[in-house]
Amino acid sequence: MSAEPPGPWPGDVTRSAGDLAIETRGLTKRFGHQAAVDQIDLAVPRGSVFGFLGPNGSGKTTTIRMLLGLASASSGQIRVLGSEMPSEFHDVLPRVGALVEGPAFYPFLSGAANLHRLDTADRQAPSATRDARVAESLERVGLAHAAGKRVGAYSLGMKQRLGIANAILRPRELLMLDEPTNGLDPQGTREVRSLIRSLSGDGTTVFVSSHLLAEIEQICTHAAVMSTGRLVAQGTIDQLRSRGETRVRVRTPDLPSARVVLGSLGLSVDEVARERGEQIRSGEDEFVTAAVGVLDVRAEDIVAALVAGGVRVRGFVVDEGSLEDQFVALTGEGFDVAG
Amino acid sequence: MPDSAGELDKATARQSGNWATGTGRVARHSVGLALFVSELSVLYRRRRTWAMLAALAAVPILIAVAVRVTNSTRQSGRGPQFLDQITQNGLFVAVTALVVSIPLFLPLTVGVVAGDTIAGEASHGTLRYLLVAPAGRVRLLIVKYVGAAAFCVCATLVVVVTGVGIGLALFPVGPVTLLSGDTIGFSESIVRLLLITAFVTVSLLGLSAIGLFISTLTDVPVGAMAATIVLSVVSQVLGALPQLDWLHPWLFSHYWLSFADLLRQPIAWESFGANALLQLGYIAVFGALAYGRFLTRDVLS
Ligand SMILES: Nc1ncnc2c1ncn2[C@@H]1O[C@H](COP(=O)(O)OP(=O)(O)OP(=O)(O)O)[C@@H](O)[C@H]1O
Ligand SMILES: [Mg+2]
Repeated sequence: MSAEPPGPWPGDVTRSAGDLAIETRGLTKRFGHQAAVDQIDLAVPRGSVFGFLGPNGSGKTTTIRMLLGLASASSGQIRVLGSEMPSEFHDVLPRVGALVEGPAFYPFLSGAANLHRLDTADRQAPSATRDARVAESLERVGLAHAAGKRVGAYSLGMKQRLGIANAILRPRELLMLDEPTNGLDPQGTREVRSLIRSLSGDGTTVFVSSHLLAEIEQICTHAAVMSTGRLVAQGTIDQLRSRGETRVRVRTPDLPSARVVLGSLGLSVDEVARERGEQIRSGEDEFVTAAVGVLDVRAEDIVAALVAGGVRVRGFVVDEGSLEDQFVALTGEGFDVAG
Repeated sequence: MPDSAGELDKATARQSGNWATGTGRVARHSVGLALFVSELSVLYRRRRTWAMLAALAAVPILIAVAVRVTNSTRQSGRGPQFLDQITQNGLFVAVTALVVSIPLFLPLTVGVVAGDTIAGEASHGTLRYLLVAPAGRVRLLIVKYVGAAAFCVCATLVVVVTGVGIGLALFPVGPVTLLSGDTIGFSESIVRLLLITAFVTVSLLGLSAIGLFISTLTDVPVGAMAATIVLSVVSQVLGALPQLDWLHPWLFSHYWLSFADLLRQPIAWESFGANALLQLGYIAVFGALAYGRFLTRDVLS
């Protein structure tokens, strides 16, 4: 499923472009010679909670800036909520709430005054309900008690919450949240997750970027993975997860016959020292690993076959590939940020 | 965030209720007055703005107190224009204070406000949120410029009003003798003072447009402020060089001290008109440059 072209979503042929909250074609942003975003074709279905993953510097924020019309694309097209961006921003942006590269506020104004200010910038935001909307938005992110405090005196997590409050000042069809849990305590992180769930329950499409996979995995229905400006995978969470191979690992002193039995079941038995399945000696026993692949073999059947084949099974593990493994496999193991 | 999921749901429900009544896709576009009011309220909720206005108010106060304390009846002819008239008529404190403020203090404060317009938002990071709201780039630019222009009015008024106040308090006020030798009464002199205020305000509009343009070039507000202020000094230095006579009518500071023409009988309107035209030219040119720059610019701050 690597960087598939936009269009019908896999497994759902009825889905048309009109069902996409965000759609890009060949979206590219170059800073000098470096392509920060390189020919990406995003397809974010309406109603989804879409995780936008990628390590530091992979181009997530740059993509979001282009989606919101803050930065112009070097090439490629963008449709957000069915309208062309940035040319139709008047129609699109009032329906979009956003948190881009962290919250930003006037430090000398209170939290409420800041929200008030940003709300006046939206010509479609009714002034009659402004005060009420500000108060409720603050309450929703747990800042009601700090509403009158100068933002300069807010903690990082409080600013982050205020940023989210700004994104939900009005009912939105689409939320774009760039690292919304950055700087939040575990409690705050959980609350943001439940907030996203409840907003999604109201029908809002949520596009949320993160480099913390564990956060995303729990709430997202879909995800895309960026790596050095390229979109290396996109699909539903299950599709992404199933990219990982299910493997079995047998601990036995009868290595040769175990290999024969596994092979006869159709499993691809790993040769010695394959990347993820080396044979390791442990006392008298050895391990053999094999990929189940696309076969529909049940674990208990494998064990039964091994035992029937005279293999003394001293250990048996089924390893479902985790999303984390996928993430690392797609984006590389290295710690260094790609320049 | 509410502490429990239950509270969260309640909050959600309440909010949705409010939203349902408050908005709809049938958008009623406001003219953008709310953003302008908000712009002014942000400007005047900054301590910096009040510090600058206080500094401007200090100019006439210092002048008046200095003249009063030294009690100089000497008509030395030195010092700023109109200084000698203060002891006879307190209203001249305001006029003298303007003469003193125009070369540096007023351009300084206007440079700070105009240079901060876009660059200040960029450095706070609020520019991206204003644009995403969406404020609209053209609309934001206009609101920012009108806000800076409103500050020009305010800054000039502070000097004049403080000048009149302290002048009335410390000195006698009588008929004003004009440059042309004619004499006018108190109310007529107030009208003249207001005209002078308008003249000085208009004089500063070109500089504001330059500041706005420079502000779109950078994310560092101090840089934009400094550049604007330096330009106002450069313009005055060029204006003082007789070798550059041909250039003088094109300098935005050319008419800065010509408001004295409003103290003649009859009023010499030529400089008022010429100044207004010149400043309009600067607004058009630098407004267009700011528009060109800001409309295509990537907001990456
Ligand atoms: N203003 C800029 N000028 C030049 N290069 C830039 C600029 N902004 C971003 N880049 C480059 O673009 C690439 C992508 O940056 P981006 O901020 O989109 O990454 P990201 O995925 O959001 O990373 P993170 O997880 O750290 O937020 C990086 O290599 C970065 O150096
Ligand atoms: Mg980022």
